[in-house]
Amino acid sequence: MKSFTVLDLLNLDMQEQNELDLRCLGGRPGLARPITVPDLNRPGLALSGFFDNFGFERIQVFGRGETAYLNKLSDQQEFENIERFFSVEVPCVVFTHGLQPTREFFAEAERTQCPVLQTGLASSEFAARVIRALTNIFAPTRTLHGVLVEVFGIGILLLGDSGVGKSETALELVERGHRLVADDAVEIRCVAGDILTGSGANKVLGHHMEIRGLGIINVTHLFGVGAIRDQKKVQLVIELELWEPDKTYDRIGADERYQEILGVQVPYLEIPVKAGRNIPIIIETAAMNERLKQMGYYSAREFNQSVLKWLETENARARYFQDRDPMSYDDLTSR
Amino acid sequence: MTEKLVTVKNRAGIHARPAALIVQTAGKFKSKIFFKSEDEEINAKSIMGIITLGASYNSSIQITAEGEDEEDAVEALAQLFEKRFEEE
Repeated sequence: MKSFTVLDLLNLDMQEQNELDLRCLGGRPGLARPITVPDLNRPGLALSGFFDNFGFERIQVFGRGETAYLNKLSDQQEFENIERFFSVEVPCVVFTHGLQPTREFFAEAERTQCPVLQTGLASSEFAARVIRALTNIFAPTRTLHGVLVEVFGIGILLLGDSGVGKSETALELVERGHRLVADDAVEIRCVAGDILTGSGANKVLGHHMEIRGLGIINVTHLFGVGAIRDQKKVQLVIELELWEPDKTYDRIGADERYQEILGVQVPYLEIPVKAGRNIPIIIETAAMNERLKQMGYYSAREFNQSVLKWLETENARARYFQDRDPMSYDDLTSR
Repeated sequence: MTEKLVTVKNRAGIHARPAALIVQTAGKFKSKIFFKSEDEEINAKSIMGIITLGASYNSSIQITAEGEDEEDAVEALAQLFEKRFEEE
């Protein structure tokens, strides 16, 4: 993974309830410092001179308490701990509540080229938001070659060799009112341990698609904003492959198959592509079937249950119609 | 598996036209061909994938190919980079 720097943190484009509201006060040469752990530290103990187990690799948050303590140190002209604090390379310091560092603290930060940031948020709110943002950024990530679409609310990742018709299938799905999340390069993140979210690998390029014969098209402009979405949970993986006559395909669908992505098991279907098979409609059906499964109804299993029940009743009825060899009492009880 | 490290030598980087050249060249081979740059790995037969790499001037890309014609494939693609995609 590319290292995530303090500059990247400042550049994070978070909105509304995720807004970090950060600005840089000083120590700009240090903006290239990497942030290596998705965690914060309140450096109260360090400022008072206790440096054992000091979490220097974390973002250092100065709230009201720490800032008041800095002011007290400034009044008493004690700067030893501040110098010691900056002698180890902390990624950056953040002042919450829009607080200002003391002059001596700021000068020391400038001297050691440690970025000093400020946010208007309260410490607890800032901590919650920054940890949420960093957990996403530090989540395991993988870029896959495929198309991510949302069909009836189910996030479907279409995989398959190039030329099998992934983009064309996605185009037809978009035309039928579903949404495109990403074409070709899908970036998948594993958040919260067992949730996979997919988005386009490159936000700058937006929702473009390449269709053989047409070239690159802009889905947003052609189909409107209703036809796109920025990210979506990956709930089903469908692999498109050219029909091989010798291969056996699933005919019943009672067994659940899974594909592992970043350690998460995702329901998996293999759909053979052949002239005359309308893949988008098959995918729509797969999406609806997946929704049924999430509601606890497994079509293939329920069907098999009713077949078994029917066979059983037929079997029971048949006995009454057998003219020869009428059942004895023993025969009935032994079953 | 054959691998080769190449550098983008044309000033504009890999934009639509060079990407199309790469995809056309890669498409001629049966091998599975991938481009790797820093943390990303993409299929060299997908035009959007290649543009998404955002390979600018002087960035390096690792070409890997696997299959019956892997050596020829890597060589043909490396040639494209070498000739700067017939650009500046």
